[in-house]
Amino acid sequence: MNRLQVVDVARYFGRRKALSQVTFTCEAGEIVGLLGPNGAGKSTLLNILATLLGPSKGSVIYGDRTAADGGAAIRAQIGMLGHDLFLYPELTARENLTFFGELYGLPDVPRVVAAALDQSGLASRADDFVAGFSRGMRQRVALERALLHHPRLILLDEPFTGLDQASATALVSRLYDQQRAGCLIVLATHDLDIADTLLTRPVFLIDGKPVADTGRGSTLRERYQSAVRSAGRGGSS
Amino acid sequence: MSRSTWYLLALAAGMFAVAPWIINAAPNEATMGLVYKIYFFHMPSAWMFLVSAIVAGVASIRFLFFRKPTADHWAVAAAELTVLFGAFTLVSGPLWARKAWGVWWQWDPRLTSSLVLFLMFIAYNLLRRYGGPGSDKLGAGMAIFAMFNVVFVWVSVNYWRTIHPPTSVVPSLPVAMGIPLWFCVTAFTLLFIVLLRMRARLEHQRARVEALYLAEES
Amino acid sequence: MSAFFRVAWIVMKKDLTVEVRSLEIVSTTVFFAVTVVLMFSFGLVVEGRAVRDVAPAILWIASAFSATLALGRTFERERLNDTVLALLLAPSDRPALYVGKLAGILLLLALVELFLVPLVGLLFNAPIFAHAGRLFLLLAGGSLGFCAVGTLFAAMLLRARSRDVLLPIMLYPMTVPVMIAGVRGTAALLQPAPDLAMAQFWLGLLGAFDVVFVVLALWTFEPVMTD
Repeated sequence: MNRLQVVDVARYFGRRKALSQVTFTCEAGEIVGLLGPNGAGKSTLLNILATLLGPSKGSVIYGDRTAADGGAAIRAQIGMLGHDLFLYPELTARENLTFFGELYGLPDVPRVVAAALDQSGLASRADDFVAGFSRGMRQRVALERALLHHPRLILLDEPFTGLDQASATALVSRLYDQQRAGCLIVLATHDLDIADTLLTRPVFLIDGKPVADTGRGSTLRERYQSAVRSAGRGGSS
Repeated sequence: MSRSTWYLLALAAGMFAVAPWIINAAPNEATMGLVYKIYFFHMPSAWMFLVSAIVAGVASIRFLFFRKPTADHWAVAAAELTVLFGAFTLVSGPLWARKAWGVWWQWDPRLTSSLVLFLMFIAYNLLRRYGGPGSDKLGAGMAIFAMFNVVFVWVSVNYWRTIHPPTSVVPSLPVAMGIPLWFCVTAFTLLFIVLLRMRARLEHQRARVEALYLAEES
Repeated sequence: MSAFFRVAWIVMKKDLTVEVRSLEIVSTTVFFAVTVVLMFSFGLVVEGRAVRDVAPAILWIASAFSATLALGRTFERERLNDTVLALLLAPSDRPALYVGKLAGILLLLALVELFLVPLVGLLFNAPIFAHAGRLFLLLAGGSLGFCAVGTLFAAMLLRARSRDVLLPIMLYPMTVPVMIAGVRGTAALLQPAPDLAMAQFWLGLLGAFDVVFVVLALWTFEPVMTD
């Protein structure tokens, strides 16, 4: 998978338009950021990209296939770090990673898990229950879980929430590694300062609709605020 | 409402208006006198109850496996009608039973199976109403299960009863009684078709209104 | 094919690991079952003696109530950190997830019934060891039927509102054949002059029910769980 194409995607819940007219592309080695206020539809869009939700309209094309055609093969190439982290608190870090490793059918799971634990710097806490971890530590385990099977498409929902400086830096460096390896990365975040340096391209989402980047402003924060203002005046893409 | 639905509604209404006379003209039954005539409404109602359940099941299969969104509208309509006709059946049945067997309720196989099926579709309607978003698919799954379960419910209740004393069930009907019966069956069938189409159309319209809301640029 | 069973096995193992750590669901469900037996006993024991044929009824009703509770709580665990999404995200066969969950719940119910059967036998002087093999088969068949439907419904309701009351509302009417077959079959075995042919008949019905509804559940699991 070298390209992710989102074409005029809309998602409705009854009468509520959670998303409409969302169109963008992500190429290999790019980091696309979904930026917007709470309730803008970022999580919904990420769930659609993860094939957990179907779009009400439009389509998402992974490489050259849609989710309907690709099925399990596409899911095998997707790694997601959800907002709720997807970890079992009653299991240890090692057990969580082992479970998902086996679920994904990876070869030599113990070795893969050990490597992941080393990478995350949590090897010393590997056999402690995740329930006792801080948010930052849980996030590190969850990130390793998402990357365990070396996915091509990496989706992250608000990964910088509640992270201290060191953890945030470590996460950014991990994402750069994946970017260099040619992965496609789509992340939703509120943290505009980090996003400024990290993102290849931002997609501003307000009320479920993408808002054009006016280009006004030198930092991402300024451009975001300019986009919010223009959306408030009724402008949209 | 489409023209054909109007015609059917008029016809059904006319038949129901005339029905009391036709039923009255049928001879009284030897042992039970007048009361057995409730049967002329009870049996067609029971048939529509079963047919409605099957329609709901089939529509649910089309919705769930063949992804036809309009099939869900038919399923919702049929499920509501299942409860409607089921309620009528389960009320008219005991009215008969009180006179025929002296008790309001008998754990008679047919009545009990009907009660179970009725409860399943009440559950379906509760699910659709209170289950929140996504309950269309859940309901479809449940309706499919209910449809396949009819056989099992019938067999289990039937054999469950062998321990109880058998009761007299439906006597075979002489011709004079056949005419009012088939008249009422026809009337009920027309009523069922009319109600199904009207209710399904209501669902179609609701979906269209929603689509219009969504298409509007707010 | 082996991937299917591998996934089911891993899911089941994970559920059991989590459960064994805290024993929360097991212990509370077993105790709940015991209290249900007690409640029914107070209702149905007259002048110090149980109404005839009450033991099979109490056994199956207590099992059904316990299973419903356990189903709800097992799936509540998957809701906790949205781990159900992680399961659905995996490239594994979705029905395999269903089978794994079903196996875990069946084991849990088996444990509960291991307590219930001797308890009921004790309280009502029921000859539970007379035809232990057939009794075991009846309980196994009935539990499988009940849980097959229950696992699907509980999974379906995972993201629904009012799910805690909707599960029993949907499950109890749907499993009436299982209850009838289970109670009457058990009664046929426990009565003073056991009717083995009757028990066999009910066992057959349970078997047919199990086959039909497990297959149905496997078919409908994926379309129902995906949005």
